[in-house]
Amino acid sequence: MKNKKILIRSEQVNVYYGDNHVLKNVHLDIPEHTVTALIGPSGCGKSTYLRLLNRMNDYILDFKMDGVITIDNKNIYDKSVEVEELRKEVGMVFQKPNPFPKSIYDNVIYGLAIRGVKKKSYLDEVVERSLQQAALWDEVKDSLKKNALSLSGGQQQRLCIARTLAVEPKIILMDEPTSALDPISSAKIEELIFELKQNYTIIIVTHNMQQASRVSDFTAFFYLGDLVEYNKTDTLFMNPEHDRTRRYITGRFG
Amino acid sequence: MAKPVKERIIELFLKGSAILTVGTTVGIILVLLSESIPFFREVSIVEFLTDTEWTPLFTTKRFGILPLISGTLLVTFISVIVAVPLGIIIAIFLSEYASPKFRKTVKPMLEILAAVPTVVYGFFALMTVTPLLQMIIPGLSGFNSLSAGIVMGIMIIPLVTSLSEDAMYAVPKSLREASFAMGASRLQTAFKVVVPAAFSGIVVSVILAVARAIGETMIVAIAAGQQPRLTFDPTVPIETITAYIVQVSSGDIPHGSLEYKTIYAAGITLFVLTFSLNSLSFFIRRKFQEKYQ
Repeated sequence: MKNKKILIRSEQVNVYYGDNHVLKNVHLDIPEHTVTALIGPSGCGKSTYLRLLNRMNDYILDFKMDGVITIDNKNIYDKSVEVEELRKEVGMVFQKPNPFPKSIYDNVIYGLAIRGVKKKSYLDEVVERSLQQAALWDEVKDSLKKNALSLSGGQQQRLCIARTLAVEPKIILMDEPTSALDPISSAKIEELIFELKQNYTIIIVTHNMQQASRVSDFTAFFYLGDLVEYNKTDTLFMNPEHDRTRRYITGRFG
Repeated sequence: MAKPVKERIIELFLKGSAILTVGTTVGIILVLLSESIPFFREVSIVEFLTDTEWTPLFTTKRFGILPLISGTLLVTFISVIVAVPLGIIIAIFLSEYASPKFRKTVKPMLEILAAVPTVVYGFFALMTVTPLLQMIIPGLSGFNSLSAGIVMGIMIIPLVTSLSEDAMYAVPKSLREASFAMGASRLQTAFKVVVPAAFSGIVVSVILAVARAIGETMIVAIAAGQQPRLTFDPTVPIETITAYIVQVSSGDIPHGSLEYKTIYAAGITLFVLTFSLNSLSFFIRRKFQEKYQ
């Protein structure tokens, strides 16, 4: 891997939920157009870290954070940052597919609709492009007016990816995107992640070690709020530096 | 194996209670029907439904239910205009903006509004709201549908709020998260995701509130007047179906006379109105449940 530009920098990031210290002094730099996997046992802070990047933790009542996170050298926790704008740059795909109970078409254009885009020809174009990118176009092109809830779980998740792609973010956060899906649908999503990294920077939380090693370029291992190890995926899996990492990836604990 | 006697007694008692409530409903319908049939022998249904005057207590008797229906619908319409926007806005606030603590305190307080005796609302309309409105609208009569409708609207706000808030609160959190993650504000999330997803529940709440308004008696009997009149002018006295029934049953009309039987005809009209609204809400709710199962 050639030296790529660092897109996301995290320095001395601490997160507290009330008295609970959930992320401890995390330092993590993520290069552009790569896939980074966040792994670790439940409650290790990986999802918390992921949700820091689009400020979804802001809704948690006693959430407190210090340290600096920059995207494109801009501090995303600065007072001048508009969360709505940040989230246009940083899209998110959730664990359980969560399409809106609207038509497929309306799901894809949601991000544009809330920003006041109305031009039909442009919206049509975006819908086709996003569904193509999410490898869903061929399956739904004749039923764009159908309710999204009538799709299968795997299709719904790809629709959620298309919805995220429609606003052309730089970064896509994925929080265990395949854990609610069957193996074939999961494989399709993994293929998709591989395609998407040409143009997007992807950060994926996963409990599946095979998945992490298949799709990611870099892997970060979290344990009890500490970032234990962060390295190229091959190195981390073949030759982990820390004993705890080795024990986790070989399935001895966690 | 035979069930123990105690179990069987309890079961019988429960069954009996259920049959009692169903029986009461059937009984009411039967009484309404059997008492209004003699009325419709003397007054044709066509006259009843098309005549534009309702004067059964006068010397020249006319039996057109339309003025009572128009009075009922007028007051109901005014109350809905007041209650639906306010009720839904409060519901959106409680479900999407308020902190859990605030929601827990305010919702029961709002529901107290529903516990105020309706006769108090009636006096409030007559003694407070009407004089206030007369300062703005000089031609307003002492009895009018406007003031009765506004106060009735206030009365049914908790009904709209409580049911539609339940429907909005039941919208999965994951949909809100999806919307926020797309960069939507709270307001956009409320109006573009939560309200559409809870739409059937909101419609049901409105229909039930309308049914409640149509059946409401004390407020209109006190504040809206007792003058059946086919009009949609909210500033003049009118009479609703319910107010008419009160007027006749509390007056000195001899039992068994044609005048007396009119209240059964009026009653069955009222029953048909509220029953169809309740059925409609039942139908919508069932469709709604299918969609989310």
